[in-house]
Amino acid sequence: MTGTLHRALGLTDEEHARIVEILGRDPNELELALYGVMWSEHCSYKSSRLHLRRLPTTGERVLVGPGENAGVIDAGDGIAVAIRIESHNHPSAIEPHQGAATGVGGILRDIFTMGARPLAVMDPLFFGPPDGARQRWLLEGVVSGISSYGNSVGVPTVGGELTFDPCYAGNPLVNVLCLGALPVDRLVLGRASGGGNLAVLLGATTGRDGIGGVSVLASAGFSGEADEAKRPNVQVGDPFEEKRLIEACLALLDAGLVVGIQDLGGAGLACATSETAARGGVGMDVDVGAVPRREPGMAPWEVMTSESQERMLAIVTPGSWPAVEALCRRWEVRASVVGTVTEDAAHPGRLRVRDGDNVVGDVPAASLADDAPVYDRPMHPPADLDRRRSDDPTGTEAPADCAAELAALLVDPSWVYRQYDHQLFLNTVVGPGADAALLRLAGPGLPPSERGVAVTTDSAPRWCAIDPRAGVALVLAEAVANLACVGATPVAVVNCLNFGNPEHPEVMWQLSETVDGLADACRAFGLPVVGGNVSLYNETTGADISPTPVLGVLGLVDRLVERPPPMALVPGSTVVLLGARRAAGRSPHPLGGSRWAVECRGRRHGALPALDAAAHARLAAFVASLVADALGGGGSVLCGVHDVSGGGLGVALAEMAVAGGSGVRVAGVDGHAELFTELPSRVLAATDAPVELCARAEAAGVPASVIGTAGGPRFAVEGLVDVSLDELTASWAGALARRLEPA
Amino acid sequence: MSARVGVVVFPGTNCEHDTVTALERAGATGTLVWHTEQRLDGLDAVVLPGGFAHGDYLRPGAIARFSPVMAAVERFAAGGGPVLGICNGFQVLTEAGLLPGALVKNRGLRFVCAPACVRVDSTQSVLTGGVDEGRELAIPVNHFSGSYVCDDRTLAELRDTGRVVLRYVENPNGSVDDIAGVASRAGNVVGLMPHPERASDPLVGSDDGLPLLRALVGAAAGVRAA
Amino acid sequence: MKFAVRVEVRLRQGIADPEGATIERALPALGFDDVRGVTAGRSFRFELDADDEAAARGRAGELARRLLANPVIEDADVELRPLARTGERR
Repeated sequence: MTGTLHRALGLTDEEHARIVEILGRDPNELELALYGVMWSEHCSYKSSRLHLRRLPTTGERVLVGPGENAGVIDAGDGIAVAIRIESHNHPSAIEPHQGAATGVGGILRDIFTMGARPLAVMDPLFFGPPDGARQRWLLEGVVSGISSYGNSVGVPTVGGELTFDPCYAGNPLVNVLCLGALPVDRLVLGRASGGGNLAVLLGATTGRDGIGGVSVLASAGFSGEADEAKRPNVQVGDPFEEKRLIEACLALLDAGLVVGIQDLGGAGLACATSETAARGGVGMDVDVGAVPRREPGMAPWEVMTSESQERMLAIVTPGSWPAVEALCRRWEVRASVVGTVTEDAAHPGRLRVRDGDNVVGDVPAASLADDAPVYDRPMHPPADLDRRRSDDPTGTEAPADCAAELAALLVDPSWVYRQYDHQLFLNTVVGPGADAALLRLAGPGLPPSERGVAVTTDSAPRWCAIDPRAGVALVLAEAVANLACVGATPVAVVNCLNFGNPEHPEVMWQLSETVDGLADACRAFGLPVVGGNVSLYNETTGADISPTPVLGVLGLVDRLVERPPPMALVPGSTVVLLGARRAAGRSPHPLGGSRWAVECRGRRHGALPALDAAAHARLAAFVASLVADALGGGGSVLCGVHDVSGGGLGVALAEMAVAGGSGVRVAGVDGHAELFTELPSRVLAATDAPVELCARAEAAGVPASVIGTAGGPRFAVEGLVDVSLDELTASWAGALARRLEPA
Repeated sequence: MSARVGVVVFPGTNCEHDTVTALERAGATGTLVWHTEQRLDGLDAVVLPGGFAHGDYLRPGAIARFSPVMAAVERFAAGGGPVLGICNGFQVLTEAGLLPGALVKNRGLRFVCAPACVRVDSTQSVLTGGVDEGRELAIPVNHFSGSYVCDDRTLAELRDTGRVVLRYVENPNGSVDDIAGVASRAGNVVGLMPHPERASDPLVGSDDGLPLLRALVGAAAGVRAA
Repeated sequence: MKFAVRVEVRLRQGIADPEGATIERALPALGFDDVRGVTAGRSFRFELDADDEAAARGRAGELARRLLANPVIEDADVELRPLARTGERR
């Protein structure tokens, strides 16, 4: 009966045969549609699951690890923090505003489905260089989408990243991280239980949004031809509906009215019902006739696979239903009983789909949720790996004008983040534009606490393109340093792995190497991975994006009652460089993979600097403790601090100078190589007590060198750069605006 | 016994908790008021806080102004009670006709969340009574439709009667005459686009909003004492 | 009788229209350098029951004035036509 329908749904002949085997018969069209979406790459992770198993996921603070809707960490004082990162890449390439907006909506639901109130969002974004109308359209649309949804739903966006590289021109990346907090006893899992319990659909009506979207859209690259036809698949978000949904769901949880709850995201009701049933080891009967519709004449398979936004599935005891209805009415949230949990000994664990009285589909729930095929796709490194690694830019001629090249690397991202509410909840102590976001651990419904939470998102595709394994380790190290600069100790990692076509063996090699590099680095820093997301098929006409793992790292602060030293220079202060200044071996200042080499010289290959994880951890702990002194109200030997990362020492110094409105005179920098190297494990400190700082660094096993003094109207690195601070500030301030709004 | 200030919650409002926190730092007792309430018994002042009531659909504040609670707010204002509209709240007050003018899209057609500096240009209101005229306060803005407009006649009247209570030192949105906040004829109804509750704690940036909130709380205490 | 109503809401004369201006500025790059005077507005549609056209116009106008347009900054134009008995639009 089905013939080759399965292929149109993205299933292979082998997968079809497997379904026949599971069911003991041919699947009908509805059942085929269920498998089509649930076994799609985006929903099942069939190409990556084999590798993701190698990530370390346990830790003493981990309350919930990967496999649920969000990772949850015990933050102390009876408060738990939920964190997740996700991608919405393919929809954003088609309709940037709504693609990004619904990406925000989706990740918020993953957080509040755990019982956590979403408190902060971060948005790492990747585009082609914004010099053409299309790239500007994508960037403006994505930013306006995140702004309009996040601001309206009432969650501040407290940081993010903006990366430009030609490899993203056809495949923009829109990753969104969300952090939430909850009283530990409000934690709830996405699990159905209790035969006879009701499955209640909350929120928006169901239409044809995204039919085949997530499965088809995210599991196929862009061929360049049929993109116009893909336009109808993009969902439109309603942040007002989501705001009411957040309040209603948290209120239901506070009132103890819910046994389990799950958000509807990719694959809609098919996913929510099968996953909650499978997790709880139960079955579920679903009546599509009971689902409130937005469109007339929807077929059962459309109702089951619709990706209409702003919907949740709650499992509720029959006795609680009147109270649930009343509470939802108060919040003006639609609530409909669409199914029941079944514990049928004769036919356990079945997902039975009815349309009124007729059974139109009957499959084992776990087969949809857990038994998707696991692929071991072929992988091998690029054939010219050795040649690429030896094509190293270290030792190239010094620039004629270091100052001009330094200025070219400076970008003020405030054009983006001023469009985001970053202040709601009165928690944002350090917001966008700094090393990491630092927030009070507070919010409506939380027990009082003086603790703080910090979060950063970091990535470096230029490093990962050279060496995915070493590159991702350097990214994690950078995140750890960023957290240290706001006084936080890292406790958990989430990852968003954005890669090209997994049918290309080189891409699978990149993915596998990234997983191993991340696993090793997490073990070295003692950090668990508590969740992640994989986005594959980011390719256009056969060209894959650079491997782009994005890491979200969560940190904790014991006591946050005063502001930290800013990412800025204070006039009159002494500038100290903490950390080893030179790499071991022949190249003390390696330039492979540096922004300078890539952006100013077009040199993408070479060798990455090595990471000494133990030394890095020592440096991070030392810096974090100095900053934490200030946070706890005890003052600090630091009056300014900044991690040295993208662009190197010159960029970090310039960023501090511009932020503080202070010039600086620095000496002893060893040529352009030391100015632009991205050697890890270095932090810039401004201090009024350099002797004390250096003594404490020595005691902590951290190298320290005084390099200059802040103050005056000029930014000078002896022998390399001497410009007015005003000129440097103008470069920095105008960099993005100039490209986005050409006169 | 401190003044009791009600903070109205419309569907989509999101600054209510922050506003209560800030009012309590300013010495009041804050209490949330649901949009369906038809009475404001026991309240000494009312605040319509920031957020996105009804998603800002149709026009910001256009639907919220018809909420049941607004009839009570209008009676409260008519009776001389202090009423403050912050951002979305200011939009609701103009839509309801409790304040003149309207708020339209920012000149740059983009949302702006940024620090701003406002100057107290009149002390004849419940928000600025007792604050030094000419004082500059660092209070952030956070809006897409914050540009204040009114016709020439209204503008002249506002200027002549000291009802422009706050002006931007650097106009972030194109508001006519750099207007950031206005008051009613009697001075008991005030609306402003900047968020004083977001400037009530130095830990998160500034506490320059407290003098304004204290003025409001003082006016409310005056109502209580009366 | 059933009426199909369309209300068009426009900014009043003298109110700045940055949306319309931005659209107009973008047109030459698309090859439309012969276009001027762009204004941006919105349109609302609904069905209304009324005894006759005059009554329908009155009700629609009231809805437009009270809710759909803000009279401080916007004007509203109402267009309506009767719907055929079967509900099919003519």
